[in-house]
Amino acid sequence: MSPKLKKADGRELKTENQEMTGSSMLIQALAREKVDVIFGYPGGAILPTYDEIYRTGIRHILARHEQGAIHAAEGYARVSGKPGVCVVTSGPGATNVVTGIADAMIDSLPMVVITGQVATSVIGTDAFQEADVVGVTMPITKHNFQVRDVEELPRIIKEAFHIATTGRPGPVLIDLPKDVSTASGFFNYDQDVDLPGYQPTVTPNKHQIKKLVEAVTKADKPVILAGAGVLHSGAAKELLDYVEQQKIPVSSTLLGLGAFPGNHELSLGMAGMHGTYTSNMALHETDLLISIGARFDDRVTGNLKHFAPRAKIAHIDIDPAEIGKNIETSIPVVGDAKEALRMLFEAKGTPCDCTQWKEQLNEWKQENPLWYKEEGNSLKPQRLIEMIYEETKGEAVVTTDVGQHQMWAAQYYKFDKPNCWVTSGGLGTMGFGFPSAIGAQFAEPDKQVVAVLGDAGFQMTAQEMSILQELNLPVKIILVNNASLGMVRQWQQLFYEERYSNSLFPIQPDFVKMAEAYNIKGWKIEDPNEMQGALKEALNYEGPVLMDCRVHKDENVYPMIAPGKGHHEMEGVKP
Amino acid sequence: MKRTIIATVNNTSGVMNRITGLFARRHFNIESITVGMTENPSVSRMTFVVNVDDQRGLDQVIKQLNKQVDVLKVRDITDDAIVARELALIKVVAAPQHRGEISALAEPFRASIVDVGRESVTLQVTGDQQKVEALIDLLKPYGIKELARTGITAFKRGTKKSVFESPKYSIIN
Repeated sequence: MSPKLKKADGRELKTENQEMTGSSMLIQALAREKVDVIFGYPGGAILPTYDEIYRTGIRHILARHEQGAIHAAEGYARVSGKPGVCVVTSGPGATNVVTGIADAMIDSLPMVVITGQVATSVIGTDAFQEADVVGVTMPITKHNFQVRDVEELPRIIKEAFHIATTGRPGPVLIDLPKDVSTASGFFNYDQDVDLPGYQPTVTPNKHQIKKLVEAVTKADKPVILAGAGVLHSGAAKELLDYVEQQKIPVSSTLLGLGAFPGNHELSLGMAGMHGTYTSNMALHETDLLISIGARFDDRVTGNLKHFAPRAKIAHIDIDPAEIGKNIETSIPVVGDAKEALRMLFEAKGTPCDCTQWKEQLNEWKQENPLWYKEEGNSLKPQRLIEMIYEETKGEAVVTTDVGQHQMWAAQYYKFDKPNCWVTSGGLGTMGFGFPSAIGAQFAEPDKQVVAVLGDAGFQMTAQEMSILQELNLPVKIILVNNASLGMVRQWQQLFYEERYSNSLFPIQPDFVKMAEAYNIKGWKIEDPNEMQGALKEALNYEGPVLMDCRVHKDENVYPMIAPGKGHHEMEGVKP
Repeated sequence: MKRTIIATVNNTSGVMNRITGLFARRHFNIESITVGMTENPSVSRMTFVVNVDDQRGLDQVIKQLNKQVDVLKVRDITDDAIVARELALIKVVAAPQHRGEISALAEPFRASIVDVGRESVTLQVTGDQQKVEALIDLLKPYGIKELARTGITAFKRGTKKSVFESPKYSIIN
């Protein structure tokens, strides 16, 4: 629900065609866009907007670093499907959100980022806290604007939200010079968006759908590769309906986890570098690969020379530029995943007869499941993730940083439901997991939010524990603490002859004391026998919790496709 | 392969930067870009000459350009009947006794001498790239002191539809 904006005397503001300042227009427009929470950090150039936030009482979450604010907005966007809004000041404030903007761009998250800017009269003079943010963010935004005239502001905000949330979602930046935010103009928000150069194709071409239906009928070994596009278009149900109608096995990208229930008999699990053997072998052997909302990232495909060598490839994507970008496609389908799946379902094509194929897949599943060895009295990270899945019954929203813990979470937490998985897939951003959990908790206040973090990534944005303290947000921080940059260490072990250059942390902070400094309950767990009980207690605790779980230090993520190898060349498939 | 692509874009600040930045970061090999206003002051026309390895590379150039919000329409016109022109200014070493000769060389190219100095003359030539190349080649023996070329600007021959009436882009089209 949109917040009701009020004057200081409590009267509700009537805004249309009223004269007001640019900053006032901005807040009015955010309310009209039903923005219920802003993540941000104030500073000189954005002060008029913050004054308006103060006056109108719109909900604002004060991060302790702009990076925290933007990742929180990302987490919010990922779980709610609504645009995450982030407000920061000019210069350093704006450059501190660059990583998050790039992250949102590559993972297609709807975001509107508002940056303060120095006054128009001094733009270009290297003024105090000036940076060319429009220039800096041009390659990492779906679109960006600099407002030069206050009268343009309502149109720009409307266009920004439209662009961020339609077609392939993405971040849009509005750079707002201070004098524009204090200048006055008439607020007219009831105008149509008129962007002749921006008309995403939502409904797929019928002939292409027909071709795909025919291809499914003829296929002997079809596989669907489900990507995050399924989640962005809210098409999880449509995917399930179509798969159950056609009985096609489903492999998932890292970001597509949850688009199809992980516990479904037709689920093959995650594909790619640390995917399941079954999923990767399915991609290698398939004769019809139907990619839905996935962009053939190199972490999914492995070496392109060996990718799906026998397959006819169908690619459904709302972004035409993704089709044919990395992989040549026989059946291109430009359109929204939900529309495409609905049309495929309604076409009621003859399901392929692929009994043998399913038998083969089941055999792979039985013979080569994910594995790890229980060893002595040390806590195994894989078991830790399994326990989180068991204790939360798969109902939690799980966020992660990047690295080994991320891969273990992807492998061992069976994502049964959509929009419960928040991870930095494309950019691989350390420091993402914790603040994105905060944003996720705002998007789903009643859900259990578990931040599965590495000890290294957590230290990049740990200061956001202030938000947990301030608002008593019940985020559960589970540190998978191996006192190292685990994935870097693993690669150094495998590919750099065990030269562990700057990847080990011989001295760690006392994470429990760190948590306690923020008045957050903290535990340290070393004994695997204590883990389950402690986890139960943490999840049932009403406020925020940090669990410092000391896991086996030399554990590696397997199975694995080494760089340059194909899906059929996985290592570490069996113990 | 060398392709000529035209794009109509919003005539707003930063659009040129957006487009050239896109070419640079996507590793598209660009030979020339020209840009100028059209009959509609809010719309500019850009002409690119790009070198791409194959059809897939060409498709990516066009699709990535189309993704830009400020790009209204993109078309590869290499294989169409087109009007394409380039302008070059060529400053040539020209002792007084050679000036008549240079002037005679310029005539079949419809090039004109636009400046005369003590030891040089400057010629202006417009035409397709081959014509400009040919004149430059002929003038080389005299000694070229300075050379400035615009890159080609082009559009299709015959009638054209307004960019605002164009169908929306789809790879099926």
